[in-house]
Amino acid sequence: MAVIPVERKPLSLAERTYLPQIAAGLKTTLKHIFQPTVTLEYPEQRPTIPPGYRGVPTLVFDPHGREKCVSCQLCEFVCPPKAIRITPGGIDPADPAAHVEKRPQEFEIDMLRCIYCGLCQEVCPEEAIFLQNQYSMTGYTRAEMVNNKQKLYELGGTLPDAHFKWDKKKAAEEHGNAH
Amino acid sequence: MFDFYFNFPLWIRMPLQGVAVILVLFPLAAACSMAERKICAWIQDRPGPNRTIAPILAWIPGMGVLQRLGLFQLAADGGKFVFKEDPVPGHVNKLYFIAAPILAMIPALTTVALVPFGAYLDSAGRLVPIMLANVDVGLLAVFAVSSLGVYSVILAGWASNSKYPFLGSVRASAQLISYELSMTLSVLPVFLLVNRPGGQGTLSLVDVVAMQSGGWHGFAAQSWHGLWGVFYLPVSAFIFLVALFAETNRQPFDMPESEADLVGGFHTEYGAFKWSLFFVAEYCHMIVGSGVFCLLFLGGWNLLPWLPLAKLAGLLGVANHPLLMGLLGIVIFLGKVAAFIFFFMWVRWTIPRFRYDQVMKIGWQRLLPLAIANLVVYALAIAWLQPRTP
Repeated sequence: MAVIPVERKPLSLAERTYLPQIAAGLKTTLKHIFQPTVTLEYPEQRPTIPPGYRGVPTLVFDPHGREKCVSCQLCEFVCPPKAIRITPGGIDPADPAAHVEKRPQEFEIDMLRCIYCGLCQEVCPEEAIFLQNQYSMTGYTRAEMVNNKQKLYELGGTLPDAHFKWDKKKAAEEHGNAH
Repeated sequence: MFDFYFNFPLWIRMPLQGVAVILVLFPLAAACSMAERKICAWIQDRPGPNRTIAPILAWIPGMGVLQRLGLFQLAADGGKFVFKEDPVPGHVNKLYFIAAPILAMIPALTTVALVPFGAYLDSAGRLVPIMLANVDVGLLAVFAVSSLGVYSVILAGWASNSKYPFLGSVRASAQLISYELSMTLSVLPVFLLVNRPGGQGTLSLVDVVAMQSGGWHGFAAQSWHGLWGVFYLPVSAFIFLVALFAETNRQPFDMPESEADLVGGFHTEYGAFKWSLFFVAEYCHMIVGSGVFCLLFLGGWNLLPWLPLAKLAGLLGVANHPLLMGLLGIVIFLGKVAAFIFFFMWVRWTIPRFRYDQVMKIGWQRLLPLAIANLVVYALAIAWLQPRTP
């Protein structure tokens, strides 16, 4: 690597008195006094969440109101801090979504363990779990900080679905061809 | 109108006046801490403390403005300091540990007695200063008493029996001794100008203001007296200003605290009310120091150069009302002091702290020779130019 000698000039008399520098600094800070604040007054003003933000993990419905999770437990296995607990359950044959075969009976995410890494969202084959915009989780007890299935769906809501893969599969079966 | 008051015996009047001044100075010093936080916030593009309000006051219209200014935060902080537990660490020397904050307050509140903050015309047409003790030693007494403040810092550091407070107090004592010399030398030219040969010698701050209270007499030598000290003694004013920053332990000379390298400096072991006393004392020193600077170099209670208070009062038609004229003088003076305190805070949040060796170098190798040279030059110039006749 080439050696670049940096010329270090001795300080001039004005610089050694510190005064021009201090005056310049005072000018800068005076400018800032009259500038508008750059802070948000938090509880009233909320920050805009950028796209791709990883907030609290949530479960979502598809536009037909079917819960998308099929309790395959991949997220439970991939979760590095082991924050997810899934109890799989079957689906009543009378249910319109009976062809999906499984849905979680209980789905718990312990937000005291969750590290917001987003691996659950990445691994989910059903696009059922998303880290959405919610960033503030508080509670008075440890139990309150565990999100159960009902809470997770409340937080998640409904997201658009590009595939409707289970409907396609059902239709294909009804036409007699294995997809 | 107020004759009944002046007929009181002195032993009633003096404590009353003293308590009145302290009752103004103490909250003013506390308010400075809030001003400090607000100015710091504004310089850093933040709003600063603006949430606290007493619920019973919230319905009054206009309270929102005071809330945004953090006035209730100040009250809440003060209340917290009074009521919170005040632990005394086990390893300290209890007597001196408790004496230190008290000792900090005494000189801080004493010096204000010697500072005039306004003036009015009495029935004979003489200008009477408003102050607690109009003594001839004036500024000398201010210097003497305010430099006692360093004892509280030394005592606090020593009694804390722990190394950071000790280092802080050692630095404080060295710094205060170093800058006191330059400070005293820098004001000597002012008094060389005040004390004409043949006249009665004085160190009174009132006479310094009187010297700066001339009117406009055209481009004649007499008009010099309308100018303020800072215009014809700029070097003195500069040295006094720098030394004032050092004496009040303000950035960039806050060696005794220097929280980055000494935890909290001399008050590391202090908490609650005792800790707040140190800060009120520091702000009292700042207020009194700013006041002395305004008196020496910024014309005291005169609004503008060549516009002395007596003339201004005449223009406003309050020259015959001692109370109104006194208030006018006090408002002008306090306005200058407030502007100066803003300057203190502005500087604090602008520049970083000097290294300790730089502080010593500036004090002994730069400021002191400059002060001596300044004194010699002005002494010769005054001897040369001042008219001989008294």
